[in-house]
Amino acid sequence: MSTNGMTSWAVDLKDVAEIYPFAGSEMLLYVIGLAFWIGWHIIQLRQEAAELKREVDADRDGSHTKAWIGKY
Amino acid sequence: MENNLDALTTIFTEFYYWVTVVFMFLIHVGFCMYEVGASRRRNHMHTLMKNTMVIPLVTITFFFFGWWIYFAFPNGPWIFEGKGINFAAASGARPWDPAMGTNLGDHINGVFWAAFLLFSWTAASIVSGSVIERIRSGAFWILAVVIGSFTWIIDAAWGWHWDGWMVKLLGYHDAYASGVIHAIAGGFALGVLVVLGPRLGKFRDDGTPRDIPPHNPWLVTIGLFLIYTGFWGFYAACNVPIISPEGIGGQITGVTWTGTNIYLAPTTLSAITFNFLMSLSGGLMAGYLVSKGDSFWTYSGGLAGVITASAGNDLYHPIQAMLIAAIGVWCAYKLHYWVERKFKIDDAVGAVAVHGYAGFIGLIICGFMLWGQPSSPYEGYATINPLGMFIGALIMFGLLGFLPAYIISKILNGMGVLRVPRKVELEGLDFDSNETYQAAVNEVIAVETAMVK
Repeated sequence: MSTNGMTSWAVDLKDVAEIYPFAGSEMLLYVIGLAFWIGWHIIQLRQEAAELKREVDADRDGSHTKAWIGKY
Repeated sequence: MENNLDALTTIFTEFYYWVTVVFMFLIHVGFCMYEVGASRRRNHMHTLMKNTMVIPLVTITFFFFGWWIYFAFPNGPWIFEGKGINFAAASGARPWDPAMGTNLGDHINGVFWAAFLLFSWTAASIVSGSVIERIRSGAFWILAVVIGSFTWIIDAAWGWHWDGWMVKLLGYHDAYASGVIHAIAGGFALGVLVVLGPRLGKFRDDGTPRDIPPHNPWLVTIGLFLIYTGFWGFYAACNVPIISPEGIGGQITGVTWTGTNIYLAPTTLSAITFNFLMSLSGGLMAGYLVSKGDSFWTYSGGLAGVITASAGNDLYHPIQAMLIAAIGVWCAYKLHYWVERKFKIDDAVGAVAVHGYAGFIGLIICGFMLWGQPSSPYEGYATINPLGMFIGALIMFGLLGFLPAYIISKILNGMGVLRVPRKVELEGLDFDSNETYQAAVNEVIAVETAMVK
């Protein structure tokens, strides 16, 4: 058993092409990859919005903000 | 690779491009240092992360669709000879194709892919500096994917491809990417900036601009030094190092092998080495004079000089390259301050000027300097000419640069996710890490103070 079909290198290399595991699953991998990418953006945008909202809601009198401005 | 010559040529070419990729990595390192140096202390980690995450996001999307676009779109869909999308030529660049992975039958696809990918990072990274200290990371990363994996690679298919419609029809010539990387990225940055607006406090009540000094000018200049270093790799990556006349398959006669530019038209590494250094020098000298010795603009002048001369640096004489660089830098510097005053555009690092204006001007100059020269070794292509280059510059800066950036920024702004809230901008975008840091420091100081008997 071998995940890429190769069990030995006793072959003529001109007859060998893809050697990654589970060849044939590329389209499925592509769909999973796209979902990972789009999902990352959605989660990141939500996290950033929540973080910014928390910060805006804090320090109502602005003293904390002024202190940081002073540090350039 | 069935014989030794075949194997040697393949492995040499593979290794050649691989080395360029490693060099080009320094461009991104340089941009990160440059931007962080230009930002204020309360923003620098945000600035760093903003540009760092360009790497994974543009990489995966360039794998998912960017590389395919390059081979599929040289005809500019349905507008040239009615040929449409070239599915056959692009089949090996489909993300599910066996050639896009560990494959003993293909030694070079991944290396070519990476060389183009590093250009993609650069395009996005150019935009990154201009929008520091007020853009939301999430918005910037969406924009980075748009330019890094979509619009720039469309322009490469159109005008930076031996079979591109702009080369055939317009005689477009842009050997080292004055337009296809720099003008488009500068135009894109401008499109974002128009919607994003200036940093708080950038303009006085009477409309005149304030200088917002970088927190670390030294880091800015070292960053630009690193960009110069990476630019060497960029130049080498734009060439085919060695190819036979049969390999080109054009009109070249005889048996003399040659190096070529991206259009498979002859040039040499020697030529581009002369011209890179002479245009860098012309740019530095002009930058120094026009800015009266300002270090930021002197270094930026070196970069803008190379960018101005890049379109024709495969064919210019070195002294021509030097003078063209100087002209481009003078124009870009003047334009930067004129646009800033006139339109209240706050380009924090001068990216629109250094990349956009210098790239645009470089294309125009190239049209005159190389007027009538063949754009390609193939029959039937338009020769290089000023009108074709001017139209090409408009396509790069305006159609594929400014316009998509403006539209997408408008959409993001409408969704309320383009710019950070005013309070956070004033406090600094590192608010979270700064508070955590300060709390940890305070606790350690308190504990250690209590230990003193």
